[in-house]
Amino acid sequence: MTITDNKFSRRVILQGAGAVALVGLGTTAFGWPAFAAANDKYPAEAFKQKSDADAIKALYGKSTEASDKIKLDAPEIAENGAVVPVSVTTTLADVTSISFLVSANPIALVASYKIPAGTVPSVANRIKMAQTSKVTVVVEAGGKLFRADKEVKVTVGGCGG
Amino acid sequence: MASTIRVRATNNGDITEVQALIQHPMDSGFVKDSKGEIIPAHFIRQLTFEYDGKPVFLADWGGGISKDPYVKFAFKGGKKGDELKVSWVDNKGATDSTTAKIG
Repeated sequence: MTITDNKFSRRVILQGAGAVALVGLGTTAFGWPAFAAANDKYPAEAFKQKSDADAIKALYGKSTEASDKIKLDAPEIAENGAVVPVSVTTTLADVTSISFLVSANPIALVASYKIPAGTVPSVANRIKMAQTSKVTVVVEAGGKLFRADKEVKVTVGGCGG
Repeated sequence: MASTIRVRATNNGDITEVQALIQHPMDSGFVKDSKGEIIPAHFIRQLTFEYDGKPVFLADWGGGISKDPYVKFAFKGGKKGDELKVSWVDNKGATDSTTAKIG
């Protein structure tokens, strides 16, 4: 009995140490003074992935869940795939990043925005679409990943030759 | 040379709304020219907005952003007359930056 107790307490201590180390890493990587430096790390690997699932994995390393608290505004039909206005707003709390993906593009990830505390979790931008595709927005909020999708029909592609 | 960046930042009390329009080809590297040759990738990779020495908005972009990119966001705070700093760097290492007065 004493042996198992010892083992248990030792494990707790080790886990505690691991958690402290992780927190330490977190503050240096994402702490306020280091924020600009963190932005220097362009997620090149995520911008190489062909599928949206692989891009999300490379970018966040987590899986997403659908959320009705994300409002993705994109046209039903885009006449010109070279310029498709897409915007998103969300009522989710503690948003830290918002990313846009187009699954049928040669590179799925289009843009990833970091939202520091105090910035409104709402972004509008213009994206290219090679063809009719699902447009996905991923919102990272409180350490979790949420998503919203919308199908956009493209009559003239924006990535073809 | 005139800046490639045009920014409008408007404070409406609690929130400063920012719109930026940048002149850049944003070539994805997947498009062919009229001779059938691939136009090499040339796009802005990172765009940063700083207010009061702190980043308020950071964009990581790929070639899927439209030519002459436009982006709109908003942040809490920001005073009329204060400066907002905007800068970008592209995949070829070119950069540009500008400051805009919040109106």
